[in-house]
Amino acid sequence: MSVLVYLESENKAYKKSAYELASYAIALASQLSTEAIGLVINNDTPKNIGGLSQIISISNESLNTFTAERYASLLSAAFEKSGSQYLVISSSADSKYIGGMIAAQSGSSFIPNVIALPENIEGKTAFKRTVFTNKGFAYTSSKSERCIIGLSKNSFGVHHSNAVPKVEAITLELTDDRVTVTNKATVNGKVTIADADIVVSAGRGLKGPENWHLVEDLAEVLGAATACSKPVSDLGWRPHSEHVGQTGKPVATNLYIAIGISGAIQHLAGINASKVKVVINNDPEAPFFKAADYGIVGDAFTVVPQLIEKLKVFKAQNA
Amino acid sequence: MKILVCISAVPDTTSKINFTADHKSLDTGGIQFVINPNDEFGLTRAVWFKEQQGAEVHIATVGETSVEPIMRKALAIGADKAFRIDTHPTDGFLVAQALSESIKKENYDLVICGRESIDYNGNMVPGLIASHCGYSFINTCTGLTIDGEKATATREIDGGSETLETSLPLVIGAQKGLVEESDLKIPNMRGIMSARTKPLEVITPSNLEALTEDLSFEKPASKSEVTLIDEANIDQLIELLHKEAKVL
Repeated sequence: MSVLVYLESENKAYKKSAYELASYAIALASQLSTEAIGLVINNDTPKNIGGLSQIISISNESLNTFTAERYASLLSAAFEKSGSQYLVISSSADSKYIGGMIAAQSGSSFIPNVIALPENIEGKTAFKRTVFTNKGFAYTSSKSERCIIGLSKNSFGVHHSNAVPKVEAITLELTDDRVTVTNKATVNGKVTIADADIVVSAGRGLKGPENWHLVEDLAEVLGAATACSKPVSDLGWRPHSEHVGQTGKPVATNLYIAIGISGAIQHLAGINASKVKVVINNDPEAPFFKAADYGIVGDAFTVVPQLIEKLKVFKAQNA
Repeated sequence: MKILVCISAVPDTTSKINFTADHKSLDTGGIQFVINPNDEFGLTRAVWFKEQQGAEVHIATVGETSVEPIMRKALAIGADKAFRIDTHPTDGFLVAQALSESIKKENYDLVICGRESIDYNGNMVPGLIASHCGYSFINTCTGLTIDGEKATATREIDGGSETLETSLPLVIGAQKGLVEESDLKIPNMRGIMSARTKPLEVITPSNLEALTEDLSFEKPASKSEVTLIDEANIDQLIELLHKEAKVL
């Protein structure tokens, strides 16, 4: 009973999460003394993903555009065909879209937001996952034999290996999709929150949307994505897609820099899975200081421009 | 057009989360339950369809009697009729199965769920319902218009958005953006009064099966004290992020 892992790509490039997912699947397979099989759609064999015993490769032009129904039935069929016990998927918007659909079609269970390899609890295989938007953890076991694991971003890390898997191209019957994509709009040249290692976020402390160049400049130096607090998106200063928190997006980055965000419990929940948190706020009583690793009590309008200049120097020296 | 909005009762977003001493469940002491925010965006859009296009809006909740206050609130916001499926919602599979049975009987044109509930964050119920009932499905839905049988929607994707077209019947996973936060409806006195007499039917389900089991819960480890850096010494922050935290 192997572990199947869906390695997602976008425009023929593997998403960063694919490498973490493969690492997780390989470790899970090793724990279960079985093999890990990669599933690839319309892409070449991934490089630097060793440790997979096999790659199942599906190529079909009509799969160039992601549509959920078709992808879900395809993944479900591949899950069936591989005879795997587990299917590991990412926490991307697309994978979250199809997780439940694959579960229903393949008759398997689904445990989302998993952050670790399973442990034995009461004789059962229990996966640790986040609940209550990172305010807690649950140890969840599957009651059905086959199970889909949704891995949280940045929870396991990437472990490279050089072993070369054998590749098997398979053809599966494609279903029609009742939903058609008529337009796709992505912001070019900008790091997305989903892919970012670093996120720079700001709140009402920045006083108005006209001051967001500070956030954007800092993000540019760091190669970071930009985000914001709920009040800022509610006020229309920034788009909803940047809203981080319990009702917005969760952020699980290596570094999260919060500027002028007081740190409401809903916001802190949303960013709790980030590894290192830095807060810049002129109010020393701001709750964010209790949740942060590093803090500067100071005016964003003097601290941030200095930080940008000093980071430019640092980047030049460490390039 | 007949719409069902599936609503779950979740701890208010300001809640501090604690678990019972045996780590087996949420400690509900002192917690106020509210309509799951993602469901509330969906409900508001459903009421818009009622006001603008004459839709009939039902709501359904899987839960014990304790969830009825939030169901009454949903009725006060503008839903016409409510179903409570009387069982403890142990996991997303059980909830989706319970809801799907009612949906098949009532033949809804549109089923609106939140993209996820903010308690157990399962984000699977709408997809499961769509599959069980054979409906089309659009997740992380940030816009929806309906013209006859045709539905046009936008969905949030990583780093952008998509415009999608499909036909009814349809399930959507609602989220912020479907309506603006400022458009959320606070029930007025007339709504609250009329909600008292709107039908709230209790359904006893049979043979529901959970596919997952939460064996235990724990809280995140408490955090170490923040390292404060003087605003005149920003180099120190960069140094710490580089050498100590190793994130630069």
